[in-house]
Amino acid sequence: MFELLVEILSNERLTHDTWLMALRSSEIARAAKPGQFVMLRVKPGLDPLLRRPFSICGVKGDLFLVLYRVVGKGTNLMTQLRQGERLWVLGPLGKSFDVPEKSFSRLLVGGGIGIAPLLFLRQFHGEKESTLMVGFRSAKDILFPQRITGEDGSFAVATDDGTNGHHGPVTDLLEERLRENAGEVTVYACGPKPMLKKVAERSMALRIPCQVSLEAHMACGLGACQGCAVKASASSAKIYFSVCKEGPIFEAEDIDWELI
Amino acid sequence: MALTQPDLTTQIGPLSLRNPVIAASGTFGYGLELEALVDLNLLGALVVKGLSLKPMPGNPPPRIVETPGGMLNAIGLANIGLEAFLRDKLPRLRNHTTPVIVNIYGHRTEEYGELASELRGVEGVAALEVNISCPNVECGGMAFGIDPVTSARVTETVVRNTDKPVIVKLSPNVTDIKTVAKAVEGAGAHALSLINTVTGMAIDVETRRPKLANVFGGLSGPAIKPIALYMVYQVARTVKIPVIGMGGIMDHNDAVEFLMVGARAVEIGTATFVNPRTTLEVIEGIRTYCAEKGIRKISEIVGSLIT
Repeated sequence: MFELLVEILSNERLTHDTWLMALRSSEIARAAKPGQFVMLRVKPGLDPLLRRPFSICGVKGDLFLVLYRVVGKGTNLMTQLRQGERLWVLGPLGKSFDVPEKSFSRLLVGGGIGIAPLLFLRQFHGEKESTLMVGFRSAKDILFPQRITGEDGSFAVATDDGTNGHHGPVTDLLEERLRENAGEVTVYACGPKPMLKKVAERSMALRIPCQVSLEAHMACGLGACQGCAVKASASSAKIYFSVCKEGPIFEAEDIDWELI
Repeated sequence: MALTQPDLTTQIGPLSLRNPVIAASGTFGYGLELEALVDLNLLGALVVKGLSLKPMPGNPPPRIVETPGGMLNAIGLANIGLEAFLRDKLPRLRNHTTPVIVNIYGHRTEEYGELASELRGVEGVAALEVNISCPNVECGGMAFGIDPVTSARVTETVVRNTDKPVIVKLSPNVTDIKTVAKAVEGAGAHALSLINTVTGMAIDVETRRPKLANVFGGLSGPAIKPIALYMVYQVARTVKIPVIGMGGIMDHNDAVEFLMVGARAVEIGTATFVNPRTTLEVIEGIRTYCAEKGIRKISEIVGSLIT
């Protein structure tokens, strides 16, 4: 884990509300594993006060990539940052996806911006044996892997309004895959909570290993403040987990999905 | 001309600190979480996350929310409990030379007493900070700290059961903090630390729901600094025991302000989230400030406010 002043190499708009930032730090790029995140101080001074957590969505040489959707003050300010400006970055933080050496077939299920850690997972562990499926609200929201990490692996799209790909939730695509796939598969998911819940519950019902990437408001990112708690399932030894330290990647069965 | 190194040492009752900068409870974990980023040995002291006799899970999420110039938290004093602290954390903290102050809280007065006696004679615990001021737990914390009589009773119980210096952490959520400060001093506290967070809330107008699951929480960060400064100013003029000041300190200038109104040391909390190395930067900043102003000892600043 490092805390460094890092230079912005590029900051470009991909869709009407989603941007991609490339930052130069060989330390972070080398150390980063898929599923881990960084805390960015988007601006010096007191407003906004806290750093913001972002999943790492890929590395290219000494660069690491951050995909972000403009949702509030912090992310709005990020869109104004230019090449050459520098940001304080803390990371890489948290647990990464656990990818067994035995080559299971990997089903990567994303919702919108939730594509970020999945792209890094596929970049890191290879496209072979992995199927990426991502749901978006509409055609205009689609985030193409080619434009983010440069990869051109298979990519199945679902849209809520049917303007591109499958008309319906991305979990329909997952269902299809699960029906076809008789062999051993592992599901990796990141996205909005209702989607994650559905993916987790379906995987658990079929006894398929499933890892989810959760997000939470965070203050420290280091497991010190206990601010980013998520309720653990009844079978867990704990009552709450820290998303920053014990996550953000969790086994689906460790989380209490009733409360999600 | 070479500047002479100013003497930053400070005395908090029986406790000698190498410098006046302390990492505040709840923002520094058990110290070990920050080890990779902060050389703990450079700190004046560190206060660990508030401990109770038994582990506490804390409040449901969301537990934190940012507000202008600050943050609200309702962690609910989640902690691993005294036993796990003594077994898993303290032995590792003993590898450092920095004084470790253990923050304790109970749900009943007797629990404070039990915690104090469990920690009696424990090597590597430099002092106790008694939390009578957390706003986020139902029947503990602040319930004691808002009343001078119960504040004194808790203080007296801890003092009677310990061989360590006792620092009592005061709540700002009172009508007159001087009354509580005097009661706690009278009950035998060696020092006071203030302020804990200011009770507040934030609402999502789209959902009409509070932004914290606990509905309300404690406000910290630069937004509360003027409140904290005035309370430290009032208390330092009222009691004879040393005062540790805190509340929204972001840099060394903020820290010096607290020293000027009479604090002999300061605690840094929320600023650690913004920049994990704030404590160390404040120490360096105070050192430079003293050197530039020709101040040889930090004690020359303490209470030096000109009015």
